[in-house]
Amino acid sequence: MSQLSVEHLLGIKHINKADIDLIFKTADHFKEVINRPIKKVPSLRDITIANLFFENSTRTRLSFELAEKRLSADVVNFSASQSSVTKGETLIDTANNILSMKVDIIVMRHPAVGACDFLSQHVNAKIVNAGDGTHEHPTQALLDSFSIREKLGSVEGKKIVIVGDVLHSRVALSNIYALKLQGAEVKVCGPKTLIPKYIESLGVSVEYDIKKALEWCDVANVLRVQNERMDINYFPSTREYTQLFGINKPLLDSLSKKILIMHPGPINRGVELTSDVADSADQSIILNQVENGVAIRMAIIYLLAQQIERN
Amino acid sequence: MLYICIPNNVWYIMSKKILLSSKEIHIILHRLACQLIENHTNFENTVLIGIQPRGTYLAERLVSILENEYHIQNVKLGLLDITFYRDDFRRRETPSEANKTNINFIVEDKKVVFIDDVLFSGRSIRAALTAIQSFGRPSEIELLVLIDRRFSRHLPIQPNYRGSQVDVFDEEKVTVHWQEKDGKDAVYIVNK
Repeated sequence: MSQLSVEHLLGIKHINKADIDLIFKTADHFKEVINRPIKKVPSLRDITIANLFFENSTRTRLSFELAEKRLSADVVNFSASQSSVTKGETLIDTANNILSMKVDIIVMRHPAVGACDFLSQHVNAKIVNAGDGTHEHPTQALLDSFSIREKLGSVEGKKIVIVGDVLHSRVALSNIYALKLQGAEVKVCGPKTLIPKYIESLGVSVEYDIKKALEWCDVANVLRVQNERMDINYFPSTREYTQLFGINKPLLDSLSKKILIMHPGPINRGVELTSDVADSADQSIILNQVENGVAIRMAIIYLLAQQIERN
Repeated sequence: MLYICIPNNVWYIMSKKILLSSKEIHIILHRLACQLIENHTNFENTVLIGIQPRGTYLAERLVSILENEYHIQNVKLGLLDITFYRDDFRRRETPSEANKTNINFIVEDKKVVFIDDVLFSGRSIRAALTAIQSFGRPSEIELLVLIDRRFSRHLPIQPNYRGSQVDVFDEEKVTVHWQEKDGKDAVYIVNK
């Protein structure tokens, strides 16, 4: 198969295993491209892409922008704080205005769940979800799986624990879908208040003891505590969270095997991960994730652009 | 004559003429290897680049002849995929799949020899000329092909070394079969 089964990348829920395999295969080639002396290919020179970021982002936005530029696409950037959104413009109006400037692909991050899905039904462009509220963050999940595949050979049969604020995490939901599609075993671990009710219905198990969870897994994907999305106190104090669910070097050293540590960033150093864990050369693959992010996003944009008809 | 069945169960008669036999290919490969030696002597400053996917078989075969029969050691061979440099992105009916690029040396100031099986429109070579720039600025670039389809070029590109030259109708296709991939060395003209 050399084509995606979907027209937009709205979430992992909408894609299948063959799509993931195709994205990974294409990303393998792009990873080689971005390690060349000249890191650019001319494939998308007649494609224009708008990055609409209605929510703050550093890594994802830079990563998308680099991916687009390395494919030779024309890129326009938009962030909500500097735009007419603050003057009351609706999402469709904003998007349609941008589209009338002949944009082919929209990469959007939005605080509202389902915003990308909604946009895809109302505007004539390919939509890539760069995170919609607490719902999905498909490109992050794909680059996480791609990084696991790179380090461990495959995702199938591997044991992955997602630690932390699962309730507010779009990264967690997309990761669960992606990992299950590829045949991995998934466990979530965190304070009871931050583990959604009925999470088992997604085929994952729950563990409240961090030591037991780490002992079980091959890879720990550690999430950030999203204070900005917390309307009430989900745990008594950051200090208590760190003592019960923070990962530090003595904890990792006490395990019977070496596990890989991942984090989607930005890290709250000293809260979910201590610095010596985040920076450990043999266990942390956090910077590999960032590098792979560009290759994965190049692959997704390339594959979606393939479907755009020429005028 | 060859009967093939396409998915909707319609039987087509496809004619397939043999253009070069295994023995003829063997002789041609040796001639091409000798011509390369004539121009590049010990290959000290020369790198061979097989164009993915089908040029790689020819390139690997030539390297093996150069090393085993003419005792030239350390011939540098790279494989170049041109998918992302093609000029028909979004213009093809079926998207083309990328292959591996494997060039673990810098081509800066090197003499580069592109190696491909069939030269038709010249567009693949145009893409390869762009792609190779990502690995440095070669001092010169040559082109070696097994089959040169005359009078079919869309671009002003001609080979420096050619195995055999043929005139084929546009609706015909030249396919090169290799022992290691297809079980037998042969070149066919197939009616599309």
